[in-house]
Amino acid sequence: MSILPDLFLTFAKIGLFTFGGGYAMLAIIENICVERRKWITHDEMMNITVIAESTPGPIAINCATFTGYKKAGFIGALAATLGMITPSFVIIFLISRCLDNILTWTVMANALKGVKIAVGLLILDAAFTMIKKMPGKKLQRTTMVCSCIAMLLIHLFAWNFSSISLMLAAAAVSLMIFIVSGAPDLKGGAGK
Amino acid sequence: MICLDLFLGFLKVGCFAFGGAYGAIPLIRDVVMSYGWLSEDMLTYMIAVSESTPGPIMVNLATYIGSSQAGFAGAAVATLAVVLPSFLIILLVTALLKTALKNKYVQAVLRGLKPCVIGIVLATGIDMILGNCFGSVSAIRFDGQAVVVTLLLAAMMLGYKRFAKKKLSPILLILLSAAAGAVLYGL
Repeated sequence: MSILPDLFLTFAKIGLFTFGGGYAMLAIIENICVERRKWITHDEMMNITVIAESTPGPIAINCATFTGYKKAGFIGALAATLGMITPSFVIIFLISRCLDNILTWTVMANALKGVKIAVGLLILDAAFTMIKKMPGKKLQRTTMVCSCIAMLLIHLFAWNFSSISLMLAAAAVSLMIFIVSGAPDLKGGAGK
Repeated sequence: MICLDLFLGFLKVGCFAFGGAYGAIPLIRDVVMSYGWLSEDMLTYMIAVSESTPGPIMVNLATYIGSSQAGFAGAAVATLAVVLPSFLIILLVTALLKTALKNKYVQAVLRGLKPCVIGIVLATGIDMILGNCFGSVSAIRFDGQAVVVTLLLAAMMLGYKRFAKKKLSPILLILLSAAAGAVLYGL
């Protein structure tokens, strides 16, 4: 099979059979792209994982774009990325067409009240996992705690201040501290 | 022009979604609320559906919200917008700027961004759980069933982690919560 349909179909298969989002997919991507297909090396895979953590967007998309680009340039990146999103797109599009009807059943409405609680807990659990992995520097911990308190206050008083503004503020403060403290020799990539 | 709003809204999410799907949820919540696309409840249900269906959670959410607002075109526009920044940035980083991410100023910015994302995710989790159990400041409403389900599920998560030495799968947790909700709220 020529490389473009192969990239598309392989990533479509990964997209179709992995549940639980990006981090769960990394293991499968590693297994298929590194061990079975040998499209990228293990080191490249490690590299892209680190890059994915420092760039925005879905991690699975980052991996697909990178692998596609390595194999067949821009068109390859496009084929792999589209392959990754096609199954999700089709499945969710179909679900979205009938979710409103399902919600009118009383049993479903009650069940979803329970589901709402699970989602809150899953988000809290994700936050704890991220905190555990976070480098234990004082500055990072302070930023984390301040952002959390700021965000709680924003929600509590329904202030018109988006989380993106808060992120930009945190980035600006961190950059300013770096410049002011005049530590140009400080090693990059701390905590890796 | 709803499609343009969807495109811009999800482009913003795609540009700032550090830290995987859970880092993106607070941003998507912000965008959805500010445009008034979905109620908070609907969004929360959809997060659960996105968890339980295959594929990247961010893509799932974008497709659903796009579809709910403007059918197929909306779904396509929102999905493309959410992956576009990530696609372009990876191409740039791998093709041209191989050392950009090692730049010390970029690193300084990331040192501020990443913990901030974690703080926001933590606040979102706390806010959602408190909201379920006690309502909001403007509409305080104690929900005893919600407290019971929260404690029950938290105990299951912690217990499973303690004894099985791994995390309870999110899909299983969602199914359990649905059963608990159907029973407790149905009584």
